[in-house]
Amino acid sequence: MPKRGDVRTAMVVGSGPIVIGQAAEFDYSGTQACRSLREEGVRVVLVNSNPATIQTDPETADAVYVEPLTIEFLEKVIAKERPQGILSGMGGQTALNLCSELADAGILQRHGVELLGTKLEAITAGENRERFASLMRSIGEPIPRSRAASDFESARGFVEEIGFPAIVRAAYTLGGAGSGVAHSPEDLERIVGFGLAYSRIKQVLVEESVLGWKEFEYEVMRDASDNCITICNMENLDPMGIHTGESIVVAPAQTLSDTDHQTLRSAALRIIRALGVEGGCNIQFAVHPRTGEYRVIEVNPRVSRSSALASKATGYPIARIAAKIAIGLRLDEIPNPVTGKTLASFEPALDYVVTKIPRWPFDKFPTVDRRIGTSMKSTGEVMAIGRTFEESFLKAVRSLEIDRLGLDSVPATDDEIVRELKEPTSERIFSIAEALRRGFAPEKIAALTDWDPFFIEKIRHLVRLESRLRGSRRTRALLAEAKRSGFADESLAALTRSSEEGIRRSRPRAAYKMVDTCGGEFEARTPYFYSTYEATGETPRLRGRKVLIVGSGPVRIGQGVEFDYCCVQGIFALREEGVAAIIANNNPETVSTDFDISTRLYFEPLLLEDVLNIIEEEKPDGVILQFGGQTSINLALPLAHALRRRRSRTRILGTPPASIDLAEDRRKFAALMRRLGIRQADAASGYSFDEVRGLAARIGYPVLVRPSYVLGGRGMEIVYTEEDLAGFMETAVRVSKDHPVLVDRYLAHATEIDVDVVADGRDIFIGGIQEHIEEAGIHSGDAACVLPAQTLSEAVLEDIRTVTRRLCKALHIAGLMNLQLAVQGDVVYVLEANPRASRTVPYVSKAIGISLAKVATKVMLGHSLRSLGLVGEAKIKHVAVKAPVFPFQRLPGVDTILGPEMKSTGEVMGIDRSLGRAYYKAMLAAGNPLPTQGAIYVTVRDEDKPTILPVVERLARIGLRIFATRGTAQFLRENGVDVTTVYRISENESPDALGLMRRGEIRLVINTPTNSTGARRDGYMMRRLAVDLNIPFIATVQAAGAAVQAIEESSAGDLAVVPLQEYRRTAPKKAAKL
Amino acid sequence: MEGSLVLEDGTAIRGAFFGARRKVFGELVFNTNMTGYTEALTDPSYHGQILMMTYPLIGNYGVDPESMESETIQPTGFVVKEACAVPSHPKSALSLADFLKAHETPAMEGADTRALTIKIRSKGTMKAALVPATEHLETVAREVRTAPHPETRNLVAEVSCREVERYPGVGKRTIVVVDCGVKRNIIREAQRYADVIRVPFNATSDDILGLKPDGVILSNGPGDPAHPEILATSVKATKELAGRTPILGICLGHQLLALAFGGTTFKLKFGHRGGNQPVKDLRTGRVHITSQNHGFAVDADSLPSSEFEVTHLNLNDGTVEGMAHRELPIFSVQYHPEARPGPWDNEYIFRDFVAELKGA
Repeated sequence: MPKRGDVRTAMVVGSGPIVIGQAAEFDYSGTQACRSLREEGVRVVLVNSNPATIQTDPETADAVYVEPLTIEFLEKVIAKERPQGILSGMGGQTALNLCSELADAGILQRHGVELLGTKLEAITAGENRERFASLMRSIGEPIPRSRAASDFESARGFVEEIGFPAIVRAAYTLGGAGSGVAHSPEDLERIVGFGLAYSRIKQVLVEESVLGWKEFEYEVMRDASDNCITICNMENLDPMGIHTGESIVVAPAQTLSDTDHQTLRSAALRIIRALGVEGGCNIQFAVHPRTGEYRVIEVNPRVSRSSALASKATGYPIARIAAKIAIGLRLDEIPNPVTGKTLASFEPALDYVVTKIPRWPFDKFPTVDRRIGTSMKSTGEVMAIGRTFEESFLKAVRSLEIDRLGLDSVPATDDEIVRELKEPTSERIFSIAEALRRGFAPEKIAALTDWDPFFIEKIRHLVRLESRLRGSRRTRALLAEAKRSGFADESLAALTRSSEEGIRRSRPRAAYKMVDTCGGEFEARTPYFYSTYEATGETPRLRGRKVLIVGSGPVRIGQGVEFDYCCVQGIFALREEGVAAIIANNNPETVSTDFDISTRLYFEPLLLEDVLNIIEEEKPDGVILQFGGQTSINLALPLAHALRRRRSRTRILGTPPASIDLAEDRRKFAALMRRLGIRQADAASGYSFDEVRGLAARIGYPVLVRPSYVLGGRGMEIVYTEEDLAGFMETAVRVSKDHPVLVDRYLAHATEIDVDVVADGRDIFIGGIQEHIEEAGIHSGDAACVLPAQTLSEAVLEDIRTVTRRLCKALHIAGLMNLQLAVQGDVVYVLEANPRASRTVPYVSKAIGISLAKVATKVMLGHSLRSLGLVGEAKIKHVAVKAPVFPFQRLPGVDTILGPEMKSTGEVMGIDRSLGRAYYKAMLAAGNPLPTQGAIYVTVRDEDKPTILPVVERLARIGLRIFATRGTAQFLRENGVDVTTVYRISENESPDALGLMRRGEIRLVINTPTNSTGARRDGYMMRRLAVDLNIPFIATVQAAGAAVQAIEESSAGDLAVVPLQEYRRTAPKKAAKL
Repeated sequence: MEGSLVLEDGTAIRGAFFGARRKVFGELVFNTNMTGYTEALTDPSYHGQILMMTYPLIGNYGVDPESMESETIQPTGFVVKEACAVPSHPKSALSLADFLKAHETPAMEGADTRALTIKIRSKGTMKAALVPATEHLETVAREVRTAPHPETRNLVAEVSCREVERYPGVGKRTIVVVDCGVKRNIIREAQRYADVIRVPFNATSDDILGLKPDGVILSNGPGDPAHPEILATSVKATKELAGRTPILGICLGHQLLALAFGGTTFKLKFGHRGGNQPVKDLRTGRVHITSQNHGFAVDADSLPSSEFEVTHLNLNDGTVEGMAHRELPIFSVQYHPEARPGPWDNEYIFRDFVAELKGA
């Protein structure tokens, strides 16, 4: 079929904020889809609430809407843009669900919009368990025995037939939320309860257990003419029972014979045909480890995290091709962009091994249950490529950035090791290696873990090599062998008691091989490389100026897709300047690791060793370290040192590494601030009570103390006396080597400010002065903020500009810097200076219509801000609110209180002409819709009561019913507000807040935390329940003020949708330049 | 034990020997299948060649004798990046090394197979030797250069059966398979529809027609289809069979058919060996992923267009992948519809052939 001429405008729906189960992969797929469609002359309209994405760049699509992902807002965009078709498969489960809802609600039909690519029936068959089961039965494909249940009764009945253990899955959820394995009737009650609550259609599936079977995935594509191909198969090292997102995965499958593989491949093709998918599809199989029989487990009729991995693992751009299929192209009409010669209708052949390892957030949530299972807890993943399994595996381990270079020893008893092998956590691979070191039989380990013995044997090879390295003389041959097996130089140095530099000198050089989709059979032009230790490399010389950008590695809490956004902007800027852009990164989900973004891509770990290897290979003119978050900035000093020692002509571009050190070293920075006469809120950190007591005395009471980890619902606290401090340290804080207590001077009623600025050594360009809508002390990544600042006086703003200018000068900033400030009264205090891109850069860039990372890159290449026409500060007429999104629903039991440790996984942006409208959109987009009717619940501490009064009055005027605890209610009533008193939870009387929340009466909670014990427990339970029930929870008076404005404005009139391009057109002239 | 792979251009790559320890010669070819080494090693079409796998980890699932496509290992030598010493699979009977030893085939691991593949891709397939470390490399290189190319031999004669063999199948019909180096699965596929009689490559048309076949399959096999001894035997017989029985040509059989009708064949630079080759069926417009193993191809322009139409094309390089006689029930494919190794997408070729059988 020829390309459909009737689709002139297509809408692509994004996946919204980064959450557990939906990370950067959908920015990658959505961006590919947009580019792919525009190549075919289709006008593309993109909708996504997440500003930290490349797809929301005004350059990616013809009209970019950063609007909440709800069907109401999507309909507004449809009405305005009149697309002929909509792509549902590029924005993960979020987009798929939205598109089903749009269809169900008749909106698509009303506006004459067709679902492009995979049709509704296929989506439903893939998602609805019953439909799926009957479809599989009709084509003779085996599935586990199962039954859908909408209540406890039928779930129980079925388990009586199939016996325990039984799997329970919730229908229509992200990444397995609300699923689990029931080993007992008690388990069953609990998991079914969760599942029914999480499922969009209030349905769970109870299923025969295939626990311990091997798990394989097939990525399959089909076009409208029924041509089908498999792109890749993947083998999960972890067995069935562990979500594929939580599993270590290798590609291609290693333990399938050709007959096994073709059996599954043929099944996969039958399934995609039966589903009628037009585009990409992921199919999961369970294979019995002894009999070889298989079951079809799951089908995802869309691009997914697995398809992103498969694309990166093979070089085959699945989303890009799926988008073309969606507009009617056949696989044999689409050229293979990798070879340029062959067509998209072929199956990639790999000549390397790919390993993916998930990155878990347990370092940020020490109290959470670390066991891994059927629901996803990981926030991101790394991928590594090698010519042996060992090489790819160890490269992946060191890409994780979890302070482990390899399979380090585990200090645990044998019993603990056995438990870990049986009930895996994120630590399993280290325990397997440790068990082998202690002489556990490989068969026993295989039996405990349900890993295929093949992989245990590979780990054993590594452990044996490790002991040979420890025991014998260091020979060049042995080092070469170790490098071929993936050992890091630093590990080798430790094992052989020598220096990393010494190892580097005596080992062979890395060679770089190409990822070409075809096993070397055809000449390819992909600029996509990985290192290995073989004799022959194949990187052609790049001519002209070239710059290496070091990426940000796996998505984790505190370092998300924002940094990948900055890296990609850097790449774009380099290419605009005619400079070859080389990127090094190891995150398979991202846009930066899409091979046609940069001039050259190195898929590599990002340790000093790996970056130096690339520099030796490419000899770039410069290296940019300020875009990749801590991953790259931490390399600044050691890399500067290494380059100096080598007399390398490669320069670290931008801010000098010494300044980075100056800004990061608390003491040096404090001295600088004193010298500059800039006020700084005194701050320090200590590891013991004595140390902290000394620090507090020096800073002067009251101080804000906060553990770097929050335990038992208690975060930061304002401490007025040494006695209070002792109490705090005893009850709430685990002080240890790893978890210091931070002590800050307390700035009461301060407003926190973030500034993102670009400097060139002479001038500065302030992208935005952002005002937090949360109290000071909350990690800036977790704070909602607004641009432009709303409550600051011109004098204060001028002070902020002055401080910014002076800091840029003192730190010799060339490129980006982020400043965190606190404003108390009219005094500006510096909290932190980060001489690098911050996580607010994409949000600010989208809000002002100027890519700050691009500007910074051009400055680093030697352009002056003056020549770019960007001196001063960006001015906008509209308002942009950033709201964080948290992973709490995925991490049962975790307290949701915010503090100095960042906990959010992603963010959304609301943009409109006023604060209220923008805030309303941001809250809605973050999944916390503000109510315009119903009831709210208020409980605030005494000092907040006067300020909360006008807020509550306004809410009451709109027509919201007010509930409050006794103290708050009394105060409100005395001031003429009609209010109903509810009991504290601890009072154990009805009505209490939790009951009202559960019954769906309360639609908004305003709770400023107090320190009395009962209130604290109430606070914890309320926050937790609010999270579980998606009820917006406001913890500051400032946020309450913004909320009331939002509710007023949204109930006053319709909220319009406006594309970013339009905001940019209407922005002041000087902002329009870049 | 150390050893080397020595190419005719003088390249010598060191590696570790496993399998048998002896010197062998052959044409070095690469295969891009990621699985299916047992099937490939026992495919008679590799006779006279040294087979190199581009996928680096080979032997992971051991060897299941059920997967053998002939009685023995066919290539003279085997080259891999890494051979798995401790395989894991419920059906594995022995390790790759033991399998190679049992069939006296030398093999080498540790080679930079990707670099070698790129060399072959750019320079074409080469004569090569696999030698234990005790050999003097320069002498070996000279030997490789001066040795006659294996294709100058009648390789088909070396792998074909000597006697007629019968394989009872389903149904009342009979298919004769001319064994030019046939893979077992061609016979197995045919057995699903008919009794199968396997005859040697040099069976005459009278021999074949004497068996009263409902159809004839010309099998795959090694070497140059235009070898004089093949032209005098198999090609001659094919010519005589045309019009008297339905014929399906597979791989070498496809080339024989072209030659029989006056077409010509030519040698590809480095051949097609793998399981991911896209082939377009020009009659349906459908694209199928195919399993392939061939070094020669049919020249499309040489085909008598009044008699034959090209039915299948390779989407990578546009070479002929299938043809059909315009009137007679005669057609052929260059790829392997029987798979093993490789995708099972093309069983339809056998079904199409069965539909043409005389008794159908």
